[in-house]
Amino acid sequence: MARVATLSDAVAELVGDGDAVAMEGFTQLIPFAAGHEILRQGRRELELIRMTPDVLFDQMIGAGAARKLVFSYGGNPGVGSLHRMRDAVEHGWPAPLELEEHSHAGMANRYVAGASNMPCAILRGYLGTDLPAHTQVRELECPFTGERLVAVPALAPDVAVIHAQEADRAGNVQLWGIPGVQKEAVLAAARSLVTVERLVDELEPRPGGVIIPGWAIDAVAEVPNGAWPSYAHDFSVRDNGFYRQWDEISRERERFQEWLREQVMVGAAAR
Amino acid sequence: MSAGSGEQQTVVAARRLADVASVFIGVGRPSTAAILARAVHNPDLHLVYESGTIGAKPRRVPLSIGDGELAETADAVVSVPEMFNYWIAPGRIEVAFLGAAQVDRFGNLNSTVIGPYDSPRTRLPGAGGAPEIALGCPEVIVIAPHSTRTFVEQLDFLTTVAAPTAVITDLGVLEPDPETAELTLTALHPGVEADQVRAATGFELAVAPELARTEPASAAELGALAELLAR
Repeated sequence: MARVATLSDAVAELVGDGDAVAMEGFTQLIPFAAGHEILRQGRRELELIRMTPDVLFDQMIGAGAARKLVFSYGGNPGVGSLHRMRDAVEHGWPAPLELEEHSHAGMANRYVAGASNMPCAILRGYLGTDLPAHTQVRELECPFTGERLVAVPALAPDVAVIHAQEADRAGNVQLWGIPGVQKEAVLAAARSLVTVERLVDELEPRPGGVIIPGWAIDAVAEVPNGAWPSYAHDFSVRDNGFYRQWDEISRERERFQEWLREQVMVGAAAR
Repeated sequence: MSAGSGEQQTVVAARRLADVASVFIGVGRPSTAAILARAVHNPDLHLVYESGTIGAKPRRVPLSIGDGELAETADAVVSVPEMFNYWIAPGRIEVAFLGAAQVDRFGNLNSTVIGPYDSPRTRLPGAGGAPEIALGCPEVIVIAPHSTRTFVEQLDFLTTVAAPTAVITDLGVLEPDPETAELTLTALHPGVEADQVRAATGFELAVAPELARTEPASAAELGALAELLAR
């Protein structure tokens, strides 16, 4: 069963320098608070894995915590570019960033393969595009029909970090609303940390609820509003204003660093 | 630079969905067009977003594909692997609206980089769902602004083999030639001339011998569009 811990203890225990860290949450339930704690603890050389790097990874890349990014769509949805990610890729600031990119279907199936403990997943796609020359994908022939297909390697992160609405005291987790790929990420990873809006005595079944048993999770930490500025269905709404504001905060290095110092790193030295 | 009309582009894209059962959409103009189509032409149209929301019924234009309203109003909300493996790949969603930073004369798309891959001038967001959406959905319609930056002779990176049935821009409509598959200007929006479209295209543009005009936006279309954007 999962240990109920504070966020700082859980991050200290589960996330190490150089780890491959998957942080999922598709449009909602993005684990921002946990990401910020990883930055406050000064983790470095991370391989950050996430289908949609979004504002969270823009912050972590800009802070210099990442060595490599594994992803499929790196934009600020409805707003524009991720300026910190672009600065790292285009100018190597604050550090060069190795990229491994896939399509969404490729990433989703890589997680499914990881969760299934299979070495790879098979799908249609990639063929005829420039992607195979720049990423890990191999062409193969279906042994039954002869159809040309592609295989993508399984994702096996060292640790998966997600946010959910609720957990009980045994660490059983329930999330609902857009389910994304969080269950797959947790089951694909060697270790896992789930932050939740609240701890409850008993989980109450929700329409479309996804339950992850506590014995498949290492640690659960209660972090109300831990997905802000994304949201937690039935708890909060997406702060579209902040997503728009991020464009201005992140555009210039100095402004970003000031934001990081004042909004994230506060108290970091005391830890 | 162009005297094009984004409004007319949205209205013309929406009309394409009048007899369609389901459409796959991202954010921005494609989403606006699909919501407009549902409001004006086709109340039974199923809107499907990459976030896993199937049959969403938004009353306003969402900023992100995961805005809460999409999940709250959807017939079903599914995981990302289910969306791609059970719904998109088998071709259950009839039409896909796609955008891109670059489009070539056959409707192939680049949303990855401008410049060389290893030292890009501009790093774009990347593939997202587009390659497998284009592969799975029976019909692809591309929606893009018309400029020489977008319509290029040679893509900097081939992200998506799209083979669209139409490319709808703010100047007019391009459709593939039935024999060569090359995109051909087949219709102009009101007030636009063919030379203007040629000048805004980075490759030598084929023009249909009988060039149509898109029907100007009706009062009903404009009213519904204004209402959607005001909410």
